Amino acid sequence: MSVVDVREAITQAHREEWARVVASLTRRFGDLDIAEEAAAEAFAIAVERWPADGVPPNPGAWLTTTANRKAIDRIRRENKRDDKQEEAQTLYDDPPEPLGAIDDERLRLIFTCCHPALAMQTRVALTLRMVGGLTVPEIARAFLVQETAMGQRITRAKAKIKAARIPYRVPSAEDLPARVSGVLAVLFLIFNEGYLATGPDADPVRHDLTAEAIRLTRLIRTLLPEDGEVAGLLALMLLTEARRTARVSASGELVPLGEQDRGAWDAALVAEGHQLVRERLAAVGPGRYQILAAINAVHTSARDVRDTDWSQVVALYDQLVRLDPSPIIALNRAIAVAELDGPEVALAAVDRLEDKLAGYHAYHATRADMLRRLGRSQKSRAAYDKAIELAGNTAETAYLTRRRDQLG
Amino acid sequence: MQYLVSVIDDKSNPGSTDRQPAISAFNKRLIAEGYWVFAGGLADTDAATVIDNRGEQVVFSDGPFVESKEYLAGVWVWEAPDLDVALELAAEASKVCDRKIEVRPFV
Repeated sequence: MSVVDVREAITQAHREEWARVVASLTRRFGDLDIAEEAAAEAFAIAVERWPADGVPPNPGAWLTTTANRKAIDRIRRENKRDDKQEEAQTLYDDPPEPLGAIDDERLRLIFTCCHPALAMQTRVALTLRMVGGLTVPEIARAFLVQETAMGQRITRAKAKIKAARIPYRVPSAEDLPARVSGVLAVLFLIFNEGYLATGPDADPVRHDLTAEAIRLTRLIRTLLPEDGEVAGLLALMLLTEARRTARVSASGELVPLGEQDRGAWDAALVAEGHQLVRERLAAVGPGRYQILAAINAVHTSARDVRDTDWSQVVALYDQLVRLDPSPIIALNRAIAVAELDGPEVALAAVDRLEDKLAGYHAYHATRADMLRRLGRSQKSRAAYDKAIELAGNTAETAYLTRRRDQLG
Repeated sequence: MQYLVSVIDDKSNPGSTDRQPAISAFNKRLIAEGYWVFAGGLADTDAATVIDNRGEQVVFSDGPFVESKEYLAGVWVWEAPDLDVALELAAEASKVCDRKIEVRPFV
Protein backbone atom coordinates (compact mmCIF):
# COMPACT_ATOMS: atom_id res chain seq x y z
CA MET A 1 0.00 0.00 0.00
CA SER A 2 1.39 3.40 -0.96
CA VAL A 3 1.90 6.26 1.47
CA VAL A 4 -0.96 8.11 -0.24
CA ASP A 5 -3.28 5.10 0.17
CA VAL A 6 -2.46 4.85 3.88
CA ARG A 7 -3.04 8.55 4.35
CA GLU A 8 -6.37 8.19 2.55
CA ALA A 9 -7.29 5.20 4.75
CA ILE A 10 -6.55 7.23 7.88
CA THR A 11 -8.62 10.19 6.62
CA GLN A 12 -11.48 7.85 5.82
CA ALA A 13 -11.26 6.11 9.19
CA HIS A 14 -11.29 9.51 10.89
CA ARG A 15 -14.37 10.58 8.96
CA GLU A 16 -16.22 7.33 9.58
CA GLU A 17 -15.04 6.20 12.97
CA TRP A 18 -14.23 9.25 15.10
CA ALA A 19 -17.75 9.75 16.50
CA ARG A 20 -18.16 6.01 17.10
CA VAL A 21 -14.90 5.79 19.03
CA VAL A 22 -15.66 8.87 21.17
CA ALA A 23 -19.25 7.70 21.74
CA SER A 24 -18.35 4.18 22.82
CA LEU A 25 -15.60 5.42 25.13
CA THR A 26 -17.86 8.04 26.69
CA ARG A 27 -20.39 5.31 27.36
CA ARG A 28 -17.81 3.04 28.88
CA PHE A 29 -15.90 5.55 31.00
CA GLY A 30 -18.65 8.10 31.60
CA ASP A 31 -16.30 10.97 30.81
CA LEU A 32 -16.19 13.02 27.61
CA ASP A 33 -12.73 14.37 28.34
CA ILE A 34 -11.19 10.91 28.69
CA ALA A 35 -13.04 9.73 25.57
CA GLU A 36 -11.89 12.69 23.47
CA GLU A 37 -8.27 12.48 24.55
CA ALA A 38 -8.04 8.72 24.12
CA ALA A 39 -9.68 8.87 20.68
CA ALA A 40 -7.22 11.57 19.58
CA GLU A 41 -4.32 9.45 20.86
CA ALA A 42 -5.58 6.38 19.01
CA PHE A 43 -5.68 8.30 15.74
CA ALA A 44 -2.21 9.70 16.39
CA ILE A 45 -0.92 6.15 16.90
CA ALA A 46 -2.62 5.08 13.65
CA VAL A 47 -0.81 7.88 11.79
CA GLU A 48 2.44 6.63 13.28
CA ARG A 49 1.97 2.89 12.80
CA TRP A 50 -0.25 2.21 9.82
CA PRO A 51 2.33 3.29 7.21
CA ALA A 52 4.74 0.63 8.54
CA ASP A 53 2.37 -2.05 9.85
CA GLY A 54 -0.34 -1.66 7.20
CA VAL A 55 -3.97 -0.65 7.62
CA PRO A 56 -5.73 -3.13 9.94
CA PRO A 57 -8.56 -5.18 8.39
CA ASN A 58 -11.13 -3.50 10.67
CA PRO A 59 -9.86 0.06 11.30
CA GLY A 60 -12.84 0.95 13.54
CA ALA A 61 -12.27 -1.99 15.89
CA TRP A 62 -8.51 -1.30 15.94
CA LEU A 63 -9.09 2.36 16.83
CA THR A 64 -11.66 1.54 19.53
CA THR A 65 -9.39 -1.06 21.13
CA THR A 66 -6.39 1.27 21.01
CA ALA A 67 -8.39 4.17 22.43
CA ASN A 68 -9.80 1.94 25.19
CA ARG A 69 -6.29 0.94 26.17
CA LYS A 70 -5.18 4.59 26.23
CA ALA A 71 -8.18 5.57 28.38
CA ILE A 72 -7.45 2.79 30.87
CA ASP A 73 -3.79 3.89 30.99
CA ARG A 74 -4.87 7.41 31.84
CA ILE A 75 -7.36 6.30 34.49
CA ARG A 76 -4.71 4.06 36.08
CA ARG A 77 -2.22 6.90 36.05
CA GLU A 78 -4.69 9.24 37.69
CA ASN A 79 -5.91 6.65 40.14
CA LYS A 80 -2.39 5.80 41.17
CA ARG A 81 -2.10 9.44 42.13
CA ASP A 82 -5.43 9.19 43.92
CA ASP A 83 -4.55 5.77 45.30
CA LYS A 84 -7.65 4.20 43.79
CA GLN A 85 -6.03 1.34 41.92
CA GLU A 86 -8.95 -0.95 42.55
CA GLU A 87 -11.42 1.11 40.54
CA ALA A 88 -9.21 0.98 37.46
CA GLN A 89 -9.07 -2.76 37.80
CA THR A 90 -12.86 -3.01 37.73
CA LEU A 91 -13.01 -0.83 34.64
CA TYR A 92 -10.35 -2.92 32.98
CA ASP A 93 -12.23 -6.14 33.67
CA ASP A 94 -15.46 -4.80 32.16
CA PRO A 95 -16.33 -6.74 29.04
CA PRO A 96 -16.31 -4.51 25.95
CA GLU A 97 -19.67 -3.19 24.74
CA PRO A 98 -21.36 -5.28 22.06
CA LEU A 99 -20.82 -3.65 18.66
CA GLY A 100 -24.53 -3.53 17.78
CA ALA A 101 -25.32 -0.89 20.40
CA ILE A 102 -22.82 1.60 19.03
CA ASP A 103 -25.03 3.43 16.54
CA ASP A 104 -27.18 4.35 19.47
CA GLU A 105 -24.09 5.61 21.26
CA ARG A 106 -23.46 8.22 18.60
CA LEU A 107 -26.99 9.46 19.09
CA ARG A 108 -26.36 9.79 22.84
CA LEU A 109 -23.21 11.73 22.08
CA ILE A 110 -25.08 14.15 19.79
CA PHE A 111 -27.83 14.79 22.33
CA THR A 112 -25.29 15.44 25.08
CA CYS A 113 -23.29 17.88 22.93
CA CYS A 114 -26.51 19.72 21.96
CA HIS A 115 -27.94 19.81 25.47
CA PRO A 116 -30.18 22.84 26.14
CA ALA A 117 -28.26 23.66 29.34
CA LEU A 118 -25.24 24.60 27.18
CA ALA A 119 -24.95 27.92 25.34
CA MET A 120 -25.63 27.74 21.60
CA GLN A 121 -22.03 28.60 20.62
CA THR A 122 -20.82 25.92 23.04
CA ARG A 123 -23.14 23.32 21.53
CA VAL A 124 -21.81 24.14 18.09
CA ALA A 125 -18.18 23.87 19.18
CA LEU A 126 -18.72 20.68 21.18
CA THR A 127 -20.64 18.99 18.36
CA LEU A 128 -17.92 19.83 15.83
CA ARG A 129 -15.23 18.51 18.19
CA MET A 130 -16.87 15.39 19.64
CA VAL A 131 -19.13 14.28 16.80
CA GLY A 132 -17.44 15.89 13.80
CA GLY A 133 -13.88 15.22 14.94
CA LEU A 134 -12.63 18.68 13.96
CA THR A 135 -9.61 19.83 15.92
CA VAL A 136 -9.79 22.83 18.26
CA PRO A 137 -7.67 24.99 15.89
CA GLU A 138 -9.99 24.07 13.00
CA ILE A 139 -13.09 25.06 14.96
CA ALA A 140 -11.41 28.25 16.17
CA ARG A 141 -10.59 29.19 12.56
CA ALA A 142 -14.12 28.41 11.44
CA PHE A 143 -15.59 30.85 13.94
CA LEU A 144 -12.75 33.38 13.81
CA VAL A 145 -11.89 33.14 17.48
CA GLN A 146 -8.55 32.56 19.20
CA GLU A 147 -7.55 28.93 19.62
CA THR A 148 -7.10 29.35 23.36
CA ALA A 149 -10.58 30.86 23.70
CA MET A 150 -12.12 28.00 21.72
CA GLY A 151 -10.14 25.46 23.75
CA GLN A 152 -11.42 27.01 26.97
CA ARG A 153 -14.99 27.01 25.71
CA ILE A 154 -14.80 23.28 25.02
CA THR A 155 -13.01 22.54 28.29
CA ARG A 156 -15.62 24.48 30.27
CA ALA A 157 -18.41 22.63 28.48
CA LYS A 158 -16.92 19.25 29.33
CA ALA A 159 -16.51 20.38 32.95
CA LYS A 160 -20.15 21.53 33.13
CA ILE A 161 -21.41 18.26 31.65
CA LYS A 162 -19.50 16.39 34.34
CA ALA A 163 -20.19 18.70 37.30
CA ALA A 164 -23.91 19.23 36.61
CA ARG A 165 -24.34 15.62 35.47
CA ILE A 166 -25.80 16.27 32.06
CA PRO A 167 -26.95 12.76 31.18
CA TYR A 168 -25.51 10.67 28.36
CA ARG A 169 -28.68 9.30 26.86
CA VAL A 170 -31.29 9.61 24.15
CA PRO A 171 -34.16 11.73 25.52
CA SER A 172 -37.53 10.16 26.31
CA ALA A 173 -40.14 9.97 23.53
CA GLU A 174 -41.95 12.88 25.16
CA ASP A 175 -38.88 15.18 25.04
CA LEU A 176 -37.53 13.87 21.75
CA PRO A 177 -39.15 16.33 19.28
CA ALA A 178 -37.92 19.38 21.22
CA ARG A 179 -34.45 17.93 21.67
CA VAL A 180 -34.14 16.87 18.02
CA SER A 181 -35.13 20.37 17.01
CA GLY A 182 -32.33 21.66 19.28
CA VAL A 183 -29.84 19.40 17.49
CA LEU A 184 -31.07 20.56 14.08
CA ALA A 185 -30.69 24.20 15.14
CA VAL A 186 -27.01 23.50 15.91
CA LEU A 187 -26.46 21.85 12.53
CA PHE A 188 -28.29 24.62 10.66
CA LEU A 189 -26.15 27.22 12.42
CA ILE A 190 -22.97 25.38 11.36
CA PHE A 191 -24.28 25.20 7.80
CA ASN A 192 -25.26 28.87 7.69
CA GLU A 193 -21.94 30.01 9.09
CA GLY A 194 -20.35 28.12 6.22
CA TYR A 195 -22.83 29.39 3.67
CA LEU A 196 -22.80 33.03 4.64
CA ALA A 197 -19.45 33.32 6.37
CA THR A 198 -18.98 36.63 8.14
CA GLY A 199 -15.85 38.69 8.72
CA PRO A 200 -13.73 40.88 6.47
CA ASP A 201 -11.10 38.19 5.93
CA ALA A 202 -13.38 35.17 5.75
CA ASP A 203 -13.96 33.37 2.47
CA PRO A 204 -17.50 34.15 1.36
CA VAL A 205 -18.46 30.47 1.40
CA ARG A 206 -16.79 28.08 3.85
CA HIS A 207 -17.20 24.77 2.08
CA ASP A 208 -15.57 22.89 4.97
CA LEU A 209 -18.40 23.98 7.29
CA THR A 210 -21.27 23.36 4.87
CA ALA A 211 -19.83 19.92 4.06
CA GLU A 212 -19.44 19.08 7.74
CA ALA A 213 -23.00 20.20 8.52
CA ILE A 214 -24.33 18.02 5.70
CA ARG A 215 -22.26 15.04 6.82
CA LEU A 216 -23.53 15.34 10.40
CA THR A 217 -27.13 15.77 9.23
CA ARG A 218 -26.78 12.65 7.08
CA LEU A 219 -25.52 10.81 10.13
CA ILE A 220 -28.53 11.93 12.18
CA ARG A 221 -30.82 10.90 9.35
CA THR A 222 -29.43 7.37 9.43
CA LEU A 223 -29.99 7.33 13.20
CA LEU A 224 -33.49 8.89 13.10
CA PRO A 225 -34.82 7.88 9.67
CA GLU A 226 -38.48 8.49 10.59
CA ASP A 227 -38.04 12.13 11.58
CA GLY A 228 -39.50 14.46 8.95
CA GLU A 229 -37.66 17.54 10.14
CA VAL A 230 -34.29 15.76 9.92
CA ALA A 231 -35.12 14.84 6.32
CA GLY A 232 -36.33 18.40 5.73
CA LEU A 233 -33.14 19.97 7.03
CA LEU A 234 -30.99 17.59 4.99
CA ALA A 235 -32.98 18.44 1.84
CA LEU A 236 -32.73 22.16 2.60
CA MET A 237 -28.95 21.90 2.98
CA LEU A 238 -28.52 19.82 -0.18
CA LEU A 239 -30.62 22.18 -2.31
CA THR A 240 -28.70 25.17 -0.94
CA GLU A 241 -25.30 23.50 -1.31
CA ALA A 242 -26.19 22.54 -4.91
CA ARG A 243 -26.13 26.24 -5.81
CA ARG A 244 -22.88 26.99 -3.95
CA THR A 245 -20.54 27.41 -6.91
CA ALA A 246 -23.09 29.44 -8.90
CA ARG A 247 -23.64 31.75 -5.96
CA VAL A 248 -20.30 33.56 -6.01
CA SER A 249 -18.86 34.96 -9.25
CA ALA A 250 -15.24 34.55 -10.38
CA SER A 251 -14.55 38.04 -9.07
CA GLY A 252 -15.88 37.10 -5.63
CA GLU A 253 -19.24 38.79 -5.90
CA LEU A 254 -22.53 37.35 -4.67
CA VAL A 255 -24.82 36.24 -7.51
CA PRO A 256 -28.48 36.37 -6.45
CA LEU A 257 -30.73 33.40 -7.19
CA GLY A 258 -32.42 35.07 -10.17
CA GLU A 259 -29.10 35.74 -11.93
CA GLN A 260 -27.35 32.43 -11.29
CA ASP A 261 -26.19 30.13 -14.09
CA ARG A 262 -28.58 27.28 -13.39
CA GLY A 263 -26.49 24.92 -15.51
CA ALA A 264 -23.75 25.26 -12.89
CA TRP A 265 -25.96 23.88 -10.12
CA ASP A 266 -24.95 20.43 -8.86
CA ALA A 267 -27.57 18.20 -10.51
CA ALA A 268 -26.91 15.21 -8.23
CA LEU A 269 -27.46 17.26 -5.06
CA VAL A 270 -30.60 18.84 -6.56
CA ALA A 271 -31.97 15.38 -7.44
CA GLU A 272 -31.25 14.03 -3.95
CA GLY A 273 -32.85 17.08 -2.33
CA HIS A 274 -35.93 16.80 -4.55
CA GLN A 275 -36.25 13.10 -3.73
CA LEU A 276 -36.25 13.88 0.02
CA VAL A 277 -38.83 16.65 -0.45
CA ARG A 278 -41.08 14.31 -2.49
CA GLU A 279 -40.90 11.68 0.25
CA ARG A 280 -42.19 14.26 2.73
CA LEU A 281 -44.85 15.84 0.50
CA ALA A 282 -47.72 13.87 1.99
CA ALA A 283 -46.61 14.63 5.56
CA VAL A 284 -49.22 16.10 7.86
CA GLY A 285 -48.21 19.33 9.60
CA PRO A 286 -44.69 19.67 8.18
CA GLY A 287 -42.20 21.62 10.30
CA ARG A 288 -40.17 24.66 9.28
CA TYR A 289 -37.27 22.77 7.69
CA GLN A 290 -39.62 20.73 5.53
CA ILE A 291 -41.37 23.89 4.34
CA LEU A 292 -38.05 25.68 3.69
CA ALA A 293 -36.87 22.62 1.76
CA ALA A 294 -40.08 22.69 -0.29
CA ILE A 295 -39.52 26.38 -1.12
CA ASN A 296 -35.99 25.56 -2.27
CA ALA A 297 -37.35 22.65 -4.29
CA VAL A 298 -39.68 25.04 -6.16
CA HIS A 299 -36.72 27.33 -6.97
CA THR A 300 -34.46 24.49 -8.09
CA SER A 301 -37.23 22.96 -10.25
CA ALA A 302 -37.28 26.01 -12.53
CA ARG A 303 -34.83 25.73 -15.43
CA ASP A 304 -35.10 29.47 -15.90
CA VAL A 305 -35.90 32.02 -13.20
CA ARG A 306 -38.90 33.10 -15.33
CA ASP A 307 -40.35 29.59 -14.93
CA THR A 308 -40.43 29.89 -11.12
CA ASP A 309 -43.84 29.06 -9.65
CA TRP A 310 -44.01 32.17 -7.42
CA SER A 311 -47.58 31.52 -6.28
CA GLN A 312 -46.39 28.19 -4.90
CA VAL A 313 -43.46 29.92 -3.15
CA VAL A 314 -45.76 32.52 -1.58
CA ALA A 315 -48.22 29.78 -0.49
CA LEU A 316 -45.36 27.92 1.23
CA TYR A 317 -44.23 31.12 2.96
CA ASP A 318 -47.82 31.65 4.16
CA GLN A 319 -47.64 28.19 5.70
CA LEU A 320 -44.28 29.04 7.28
CA VAL A 321 -45.51 32.36 8.70
CA ARG A 322 -48.32 30.51 10.49
CA LEU A 323 -45.71 28.24 12.08
CA ASP A 324 -43.10 30.90 12.82
CA PRO A 325 -44.26 34.54 12.68
CA SER A 326 -40.68 35.89 12.79
CA PRO A 327 -39.93 39.12 10.86
CA ILE A 328 -37.15 37.43 8.85
CA ILE A 329 -39.64 34.97 7.38
CA ALA A 330 -42.04 37.85 6.65
CA LEU A 331 -39.15 39.58 4.82
CA ASN A 332 -38.46 36.52 2.67
CA ARG A 333 -42.16 36.20 1.95
CA ALA A 334 -42.20 39.82 0.75
CA ILE A 335 -39.35 39.04 -1.69
CA ALA A 336 -41.54 36.34 -3.26
CA VAL A 337 -44.56 38.67 -3.22
CA ALA A 338 -42.52 41.20 -5.25
CA GLU A 339 -42.29 38.62 -8.04
CA LEU A 340 -45.97 37.71 -7.86
CA ASP A 341 -47.69 41.06 -7.18
CA GLY A 342 -44.93 43.55 -8.03
CA PRO A 343 -42.44 45.56 -5.94
CA GLU A 344 -44.96 48.23 -4.87
CA VAL A 345 -47.06 45.75 -2.86
CA ALA A 346 -43.97 44.02 -1.52
CA LEU A 347 -42.30 47.27 -0.44
CA ALA A 348 -45.30 48.14 1.72
CA ALA A 349 -44.96 44.76 3.45
CA VAL A 350 -41.21 45.26 3.93
CA ASP A 351 -41.62 48.76 5.36
CA ARG A 352 -43.89 47.36 8.07
CA LEU A 353 -40.90 45.33 9.36
CA GLU A 354 -38.69 48.36 10.03
CA ASP A 355 -39.07 48.31 13.83
CA LYS A 356 -37.84 44.75 14.09
CA LEU A 357 -35.29 44.55 11.28
CA ALA A 358 -33.65 47.98 11.13
CA GLY A 359 -30.33 46.41 12.22
CA TYR A 360 -30.41 43.56 9.69
CA HIS A 361 -28.54 44.06 6.40
CA ALA A 362 -30.96 41.92 4.37
CA TYR A 363 -33.85 44.21 5.30
CA HIS A 364 -32.05 47.20 3.76
CA ALA A 365 -30.79 45.18 0.78
CA THR A 366 -34.35 44.03 0.04
CA ARG A 367 -35.71 47.57 0.31
CA ALA A 368 -32.89 48.88 -1.88
CA ASP A 369 -33.72 46.33 -4.57
CA MET A 370 -37.44 47.10 -4.52
CA LEU A 371 -36.87 50.86 -4.58
CA ARG A 372 -34.47 50.38 -7.50
CA ARG A 373 -37.10 48.44 -9.42
CA LEU A 374 -39.61 51.20 -8.72
CA GLY A 375 -37.14 53.77 -10.10
CA ARG A 376 -36.72 55.58 -6.78
CA SER A 377 -32.95 55.87 -7.11
CA GLN A 378 -32.25 58.26 -4.29
CA LYS A 379 -34.06 56.23 -1.65
CA SER A 380 -32.59 53.07 -3.12
CA ARG A 381 -29.06 54.45 -2.79
CA ALA A 382 -29.61 55.29 0.87
CA ALA A 383 -30.89 51.77 1.52
CA TYR A 384 -27.88 50.24 -0.28
CA ASP A 385 -25.56 52.39 1.87
CA LYS A 386 -27.20 51.08 5.01
CA ALA A 387 -27.09 47.45 3.76
CA ILE A 388 -23.39 47.72 2.85
CA GLU A 389 -22.64 49.17 6.26
CA LEU A 390 -24.33 46.23 8.01
CA ALA A 391 -23.39 43.28 5.74
CA GLY A 392 -20.61 41.06 7.09
CA ASN A 393 -20.08 38.80 4.07
CA THR A 394 -17.45 39.97 1.58
CA ALA A 395 -19.27 38.64 -1.52
CA GLU A 396 -22.48 40.28 -0.43
CA THR A 397 -20.77 43.62 0.17
CA ALA A 398 -19.22 43.47 -3.31
CA TYR A 399 -22.59 42.75 -4.92
CA LEU A 400 -24.42 45.50 -3.02
CA THR A 401 -21.69 48.03 -3.83
CA ARG A 402 -21.90 47.32 -7.56
CA ARG A 403 -25.68 47.54 -7.50
CA ARG A 404 -25.53 50.87 -5.72
CA ASP A 405 -22.94 52.24 -8.12
CA GLN A 406 -25.08 51.24 -11.11
CA LEU A 407 -28.00 53.37 -9.93
CA GLY A 408 -28.79 56.19 -12.32
CA MET B 1 -26.50 14.14 42.89
CA GLN B 2 -27.53 17.25 44.83
CA TYR B 3 -28.48 20.57 43.26
CA LEU B 4 -28.86 23.99 44.83
CA VAL B 5 -32.03 25.46 43.37
CA SER B 6 -32.21 29.22 43.76
CA VAL B 7 -35.39 31.22 43.39
CA ILE B 8 -34.55 34.57 41.79
CA ASP B 9 -36.81 37.57 42.20
CA ASP B 10 -36.59 40.97 40.56
CA LYS B 11 -36.95 44.14 42.63
CA SER B 12 -38.34 46.19 39.76
CA ASN B 13 -40.63 43.43 38.50
CA PRO B 14 -41.41 41.09 41.41
CA GLY B 15 -43.26 37.79 40.99
CA SER B 16 -46.76 37.44 42.43
CA THR B 17 -47.17 37.18 46.22
CA ASP B 18 -49.96 34.57 46.32
CA ARG B 19 -47.78 31.54 45.48
CA GLN B 20 -47.45 29.99 48.97
CA PRO B 21 -50.25 27.38 48.65
CA ALA B 22 -48.90 26.22 45.28
CA ILE B 23 -45.34 26.08 46.63
CA SER B 24 -46.50 24.00 49.64
CA ALA B 25 -48.24 21.54 47.33
CA PHE B 26 -45.14 21.35 45.12
CA ASN B 27 -42.97 20.73 48.21
CA LYS B 28 -45.22 17.87 49.29
CA ARG B 29 -44.77 16.30 45.88
CA LEU B 30 -40.97 16.77 46.00
CA ILE B 31 -40.95 14.98 49.37
CA ALA B 32 -43.24 12.17 48.17
CA GLU B 33 -41.10 11.55 45.08
CA GLY B 34 -37.83 11.62 46.98
CA TYR B 35 -36.28 14.80 45.53
CA TRP B 36 -36.65 17.06 48.57
CA VAL B 37 -33.62 17.65 50.79
CA PHE B 38 -34.21 21.18 52.05
CA ALA B 39 -36.24 24.27 51.29
CA GLY B 40 -36.42 27.78 52.72
CA GLY B 41 -37.64 31.22 51.80
CA LEU B 42 -35.37 34.15 52.63
CA ALA B 43 -36.07 37.51 54.27
CA ASP B 44 -35.45 40.66 52.24
CA THR B 45 -31.82 41.39 51.29
CA ASP B 46 -31.99 44.47 53.57
CA ALA B 47 -31.91 42.00 56.47
CA ALA B 48 -28.54 40.58 55.35
CA THR B 49 -25.19 41.26 57.00
CA VAL B 50 -21.80 40.53 55.44
CA ILE B 51 -18.98 39.46 57.76
CA ASP B 52 -15.30 39.73 56.84
CA ASN B 53 -12.79 38.44 59.36
CA ARG B 54 -9.89 37.86 56.99
CA GLY B 55 -7.99 40.86 58.35
CA GLU B 56 -6.99 41.78 61.88
CA GLN B 57 -10.44 42.86 62.90
CA VAL B 58 -13.85 41.52 62.07
CA VAL B 59 -15.88 43.87 59.86
CA PHE B 60 -19.67 43.73 59.73
CA SER B 61 -21.40 45.42 56.79
CA ASP B 62 -25.06 46.09 56.50
CA GLY B 63 -26.79 44.62 53.45
CA PRO B 64 -26.13 41.80 50.94
CA PHE B 65 -22.67 41.03 49.46
CA VAL B 66 -23.81 42.28 46.10
CA GLU B 67 -26.44 44.90 45.35
CA SER B 68 -28.44 43.99 42.30
CA LYS B 69 -31.86 44.28 40.77
CA GLU B 70 -32.20 40.50 40.87
CA TYR B 71 -31.71 38.76 44.17
CA LEU B 72 -32.02 35.40 45.87
CA ALA B 73 -35.52 35.02 47.34
CA GLY B 74 -35.28 31.41 48.48
CA VAL B 75 -33.50 28.10 48.00
CA TRP B 76 -34.11 24.41 47.66
CA VAL B 77 -31.69 21.54 47.79
CA TRP B 78 -32.83 18.65 45.60
CA GLU B 79 -31.53 15.15 45.18
CA ALA B 80 -31.90 14.16 41.51
CA PRO B 81 -30.27 11.46 39.37
CA ASP B 82 -29.14 13.92 36.67
CA LEU B 83 -29.54 17.44 35.27
CA ASP B 84 -32.45 16.53 32.98
CA VAL B 85 -34.53 15.54 36.01
CA ALA B 86 -33.46 18.69 37.88
CA LEU B 87 -34.27 20.91 34.86
CA GLU B 88 -37.72 19.38 34.47
CA LEU B 89 -38.49 19.99 38.16
CA ALA B 90 -37.03 23.50 37.92
CA ALA B 91 -39.29 24.31 34.99
CA GLU B 92 -42.26 23.38 37.18
CA ALA B 93 -40.81 25.28 40.12
CA SER B 94 -40.51 28.44 38.02
CA LYS B 95 -44.22 28.24 37.17
CA VAL B 96 -45.18 27.41 40.75
CA CYS B 97 -43.13 30.31 42.22
CA ASP B 98 -43.77 32.71 39.33
CA ARG B 99 -40.05 33.49 39.44
CA LYS B 100 -36.81 32.57 37.67
CA ILE B 101 -34.88 29.56 38.94
CA GLU B 102 -31.16 28.76 38.88
CA VAL B 103 -29.98 25.17 39.16
CA ARG B 104 -26.41 24.62 40.30
CA PRO B 105 -24.79 21.31 41.20
CA PHE B 106 -22.96 20.71 44.46
CA VAL B 107 -19.46 19.34 43.95
